[in-house]
Amino acid sequence: MTDALSAALAERDWLLADGATGTNLFNMGLQSGDAPELWNADAPDKIRTLYRGAVEAGSDLFLTNSFGGNASRLKLHDAQGRVQELNRLAAALGREVADASGRRVIVAGSIGPTGDIMAPMGSLTHDLAVEMFHEQAEGLKAGGADVLWVETISAAEEFAAAAEACARADMPWCGTMSFDTAGRTMMGFTSADLAAMVGKLAHPPLAFGANCGVGASDLLRTVLGIMAQGPVLPVIAKGNAGIPKYVSGHIHYDGTPELMAEYAVLARACGARIIGGCCGTMPDHLRAMRAALESRAPGARPTLEQIAAALGGFSSAHDGTEDTLPEGTSGRRAGGRRRRRD
Amino acid sequence: MSDTEDEIILSELDDDELVQQMMDDLYDGLKEEIEEAVNILLERGWTPYDILTKALVAGMTIVGHDFRDGILFVPEVLLAANAMKGGMFILKPLLVETGAPRMGKMVIGTVKGDIHDIGKNLVAMMMEGAGFEVVDLGINNPVENYLEALEREQPDILGMSALLTTTMPYMKVVIDTMVAQGIRDEYIVLVGGAPLNEEFGRAIGADAYCRDAAVAVEMAKDYVARKHNQMAAG
Repeated sequence: MTDALSAALAERDWLLADGATGTNLFNMGLQSGDAPELWNADAPDKIRTLYRGAVEAGSDLFLTNSFGGNASRLKLHDAQGRVQELNRLAAALGREVADASGRRVIVAGSIGPTGDIMAPMGSLTHDLAVEMFHEQAEGLKAGGADVLWVETISAAEEFAAAAEACARADMPWCGTMSFDTAGRTMMGFTSADLAAMVGKLAHPPLAFGANCGVGASDLLRTVLGIMAQGPVLPVIAKGNAGIPKYVSGHIHYDGTPELMAEYAVLARACGARIIGGCCGTMPDHLRAMRAALESRAPGARPTLEQIAAALGGFSSAHDGTEDTLPEGTSGRRAGGRRRRRD
Repeated sequence: MSDTEDEIILSELDDDELVQQMMDDLYDGLKEEIEEAVNILLERGWTPYDILTKALVAGMTIVGHDFRDGILFVPEVLLAANAMKGGMFILKPLLVETGAPRMGKMVIGTVKGDIHDIGKNLVAMMMEGAGFEVVDLGINNPVENYLEALEREQPDILGMSALLTTTMPYMKVVIDTMVAQGIRDEYIVLVGGAPLNEEFGRAIGADAYCRDAAVAVEMAKDYVARKHNQMAAG
């Protein structure tokens, strides 16, 4: 049986994903520092409202409220024993809203990073990471998620561990990384590196790409970097609605619906097929994005200059995918030596 | 070919060459070599403070600049900081014994609800590398933890970190509480974390937003110097 996302991708040129989870939940009264996942059990109506916000704005796919639903993250709230339950509820509420929508809406089970650094640099081993992701994946699967959605990852090792966990849960999956440090992930991974890695995974995703990061312009530069590698899999673009500002007591992202509409059309022109927002992207943004994607012609692939002109400048001059180092920049210092050890 | 490359014998280098080599070794994250070199300089009669500032801090400054400029990334900086730590482990007790001058003291922690401590750890390591005393409160700190630590440690600087959209507003909760208790101006408050920016730092009432660990060190030095000047003038 074909999964729902593959079926949708076979029929449509582009799909509209959802927007923010955290920013929306804040507006519903989530207190800073509290775990959003607990609301799956304690305030299910608010989670239904969150999901409906995306569905009613025209999203073809939305992510479940389970980003921090792994044992390592839930431990902060003394809820590490509730991984299965909270993830199952996140997906079940999603299933309910999707099925009631009267059209095909895909429930994507969100899986965020563990927050730990993987071995050998850190303490989290591959096996432990797989186990942690797998526990979460089984919960999402039990709740009825159509596909698993690994997001905001910065280390290749963690991405690979999540892939293995999805295979173990026998679930199709998508995966995106956050390129927030000079155009790379904080671990130094480039968009080209991601495209190369995805092709080598034993259980490849249905689609892959970038989410979060810095702003809309940076995210599209990442998409172009991926497209330059000629990926065979569909590419995902889920960028933030601008950058966060603190306005009269709450966080506000400065990207307007108009800007995100422009971003969505450009994302499609860059080659992305699953297009959505991330932090700060509210239902109003999604509506504007949907309308723009439906009403405007696909257009030719934009240059970096055209992206900057439409959405604003980039956070760094380069993103690590250049063939040669641009003039005036220095590369990594030639290491003093590598002492051989016997 | 390169197998015939001569092994560098640290003890055969003169002081200048050895310090240069230590900077390279820090850059490459070679912990054992750093430890060996620190011991050699101690044997040659260097003061712990000179080894710290002229070799280790100078070396970490280069690492910090390349991190700031997007040439090095987290894995390389972690390795370098680990090598630095090896050297610091030897020097720390000696620095206390010899009464070496202090740069200042910082209390640092990740805010409530946030587990992400990679950036916070980098800042702590780089601050120690720059000669600051650092009291690390770890992750998931409610406002009470910060206040208690400020009272107990009497630091110059409070550092807060958040990596999530859902946790960054909590920094404002901490700063507001400090204001309410009338202690805000006794401390330099530095904030950092991936989703933050300068304007956000200003809006919540922090002294400065630090884009990365290298900037945090520069800001800390800058603000501590200003504070000292103010006190001298006052």
